[in-house]
Amino acid sequence: MPLADLKARKPHDISQAISLSRRNFLRTVTGAGSAAAFFGPARLRGMAVPKNRKAVVVTFGGGARDDETFMADGQENIPHLLKELVPQATFLTNVVNKGILGHYVATASMVTGVYETFNNFAAVSPNNPTVFEYFRKDLKRPATDAWVVAPSNGFARIGESANKQYGPGLGAGVILPKRLLSAALSSASDGARYQHLLRDNYETPLYAPSLAGRQIELDQMAAVLKLSVDDFAAHARNLVSPDELSVYIAKQLMRQLSPSLLWITLHDIDIAHSGTFSLYVDGIKRTDRLCAELWQAIQKDPEYADKTTMYILPDFGRDSDIDSGGNGFQHHRTGDAISRTTWMMVLGPDVKQNVVVDRRVESTDLIPTLGAYFGFDARLSTGKPIAEVA
Amino acid sequence: MLPNRLTPGSFAGYPPEARQLAIQQIALLQRLPLAFLPLLLRELIVYDWKFPAERADLGRQFTYLGTMAAGPFQTAMSAFAQLKLARELEQTDWVHSPAIFSEQLSAHLWATHQIDAFRAAAVDYVQKVSASAPDPALPTHRLGIAVIGQGVAKNDYRLFRKLRPQGVYFTQVKHTGGVALLLKAAAARADAHPVPYGHWYIDGGASLAVPKSITRISYNALSGPRATLQDRMQKTYEAAVFDPEAFRTMLAQIKPEEAGLNSGGDEVLNRFQLSLLTEGSGTQVFSTTFVQWAAREALRRGQPLTLFTRFAPRQREKQMNELLAEQQRKPELDPQGSLIDADMGAYYTWLNQQRLPGEEKSAFLAWFEDHDEAVAIAPTLERGKRSDTPIDLADLIARIA
Repeated sequence: MPLADLKARKPHDISQAISLSRRNFLRTVTGAGSAAAFFGPARLRGMAVPKNRKAVVVTFGGGARDDETFMADGQENIPHLLKELVPQATFLTNVVNKGILGHYVATASMVTGVYETFNNFAAVSPNNPTVFEYFRKDLKRPATDAWVVAPSNGFARIGESANKQYGPGLGAGVILPKRLLSAALSSASDGARYQHLLRDNYETPLYAPSLAGRQIELDQMAAVLKLSVDDFAAHARNLVSPDELSVYIAKQLMRQLSPSLLWITLHDIDIAHSGTFSLYVDGIKRTDRLCAELWQAIQKDPEYADKTTMYILPDFGRDSDIDSGGNGFQHHRTGDAISRTTWMMVLGPDVKQNVVVDRRVESTDLIPTLGAYFGFDARLSTGKPIAEVA
Repeated sequence: MLPNRLTPGSFAGYPPEARQLAIQQIALLQRLPLAFLPLLLRELIVYDWKFPAERADLGRQFTYLGTMAAGPFQTAMSAFAQLKLARELEQTDWVHSPAIFSEQLSAHLWATHQIDAFRAAAVDYVQKVSASAPDPALPTHRLGIAVIGQGVAKNDYRLFRKLRPQGVYFTQVKHTGGVALLLKAAAARADAHPVPYGHWYIDGGASLAVPKSITRISYNALSGPRATLQDRMQKTYEAAVFDPEAFRTMLAQIKPEEAGLNSGGDEVLNRFQLSLLTEGSGTQVFSTTFVQWAAREALRRGQPLTLFTRFAPRQREKQMNELLAEQQRKPELDPQGSLIDADMGAYYTWLNQQRLPGEEKSAFLAWFEDHDEAVAIAPTLERGKRSDTPIDLADLIARIA
């Protein structure tokens, strides 16, 4: 799309044009059809919810633009999504985040289904009940059945809310792999070998919030994951990024505890805040690969295969090149349409394959969708179930 | 405090020229809504260290606002006046710390879902100010030159992918003495059109010699100030408790001489260079980010006629405390990653140049240093074309300079 064309267009128009372009591309490449053509919105109404369903949510973080993913120049960065996952998925092309575009508060908004408004850099719990609390309280699930693997110390409280009817004791266990690794290395002499895995936060690299949440500590990890500190550190030595560490822990969780609800927040992409385009693209390529690895792990694990739905979505985008208020891919500060508009990919045994859904949904719709899938009521969420994948 | 309580004494702490202008405009300032005024004061308080183009822009805003009748004035400010602000914002010292107020206002607008309304109001305001007076004629068209890929012997990345549609992609550029001849072309423009801060040279490594008529900054020349800032950042990083707001305030309050910028030099340029390091993200540790951000800010603030940027290899990605300790070690470089960074940086530099008045006549050249690939963009060149015909770099720059 020539710049001259964009200059005269409003952000909404640009977003629509990009969404249209992406849809056209997907149909061309995958032969995907429109959900509306053969997929009724009330398909699952009245059906009994199987008790052994599982869900894995992966946030394609932190913040990737269409330009570097589904647009023409970006497709080389996501070969696994395009060639392996999209053909098996229902793909929602127009997912809008109307909330605050900070990674912790945006993830908290997705987790609660309500646009949370707290300070992104504060060590606070979400104000509204999380999906983990709805899941555990309504379905009477044990603490071991819901887990979060999160990228930085700032996510320590993502597992449960400050809501008095839910809150403490009803949330998910939170694993902060970098914190665990840091603790494992505290007495080691070769800590420098792992430094590349320990960066906490790209948006404010100097921010290190105090920890206060239900995150598990090193000794608990050994017990819960049946993973010795030495083995953990030895494996970490061969990993190249914090997200690889997160996925390693997630796979360990799946093997040992087989939780029914697993939320993995990836974050390598947010290196973009440093202004280095090549590192940002490297992060996207890595995330693309890790998403495919997770799906493959699900298919190979008898506890997960044929009963698990995986949801992949960015928490939000990044600023457009066109908006003069920002600096393109580097940040997500303008709140323009490009930075708010992303996508979601849903794969699983009950999900139509190779289908594109064009209509607009919001990132807060994910939790009611999970509610419909599992059979709990996300009663305080402001979102609505996405019928095409609920 | 609300704007209608402003008095001339409110600006006693402002630098001399800023104080004089504020007092001169005080009747207008008293009428502006709180969601708008501190943003204007944020520009005004640093008036003494602003580039000529910025001063002209501020003058245009005062003329626009000051000559409006009461009705249109109210209409122009109504979108800002309708924003609901927290009482704490009124109580901050927005006269003397408008930048801090701006950050707090931004957080409040996001939290209360008013950011879109504010954004729309701001865009509308800027468009109306721009339309209120014609842009002054330029002495010549603008020219941007971006030299990328220093130190890269072989490359498989498809370069200039975003710039190619805007001009001609040349594949057979003869480039002997390339950097020197491009700098010479920039110097010739500076000689022909002497304008204060009108011609710039930004280097991601050590800068080459250029005439004084060219404003010159480089990553290497700022190694001292960067080391000072890196040291402060490192200490903050290692502290047991970290307050991000206090940290930002600390960065904003550093004076050029505290960072080791020569107090006997160009005070306007010193302030500008300091702002690149204290307001930019990644500029302290990555030279490619430094050049791209410096070019953006030079274009946005200085509105130069000529901008020559040369990207150099940045240090390889490391843990933040290692990046900040750059001065204590010989950093490992990443030439290939830097080429990709610079390719995008060149595109952003062209985009930012096109945002300035006179964009329909502007020209731009991006060249892969010591290689035969280049893109040239100018009104006289076709868009989206490829040329495999051999051409001298000197001829190419002569065609668009």
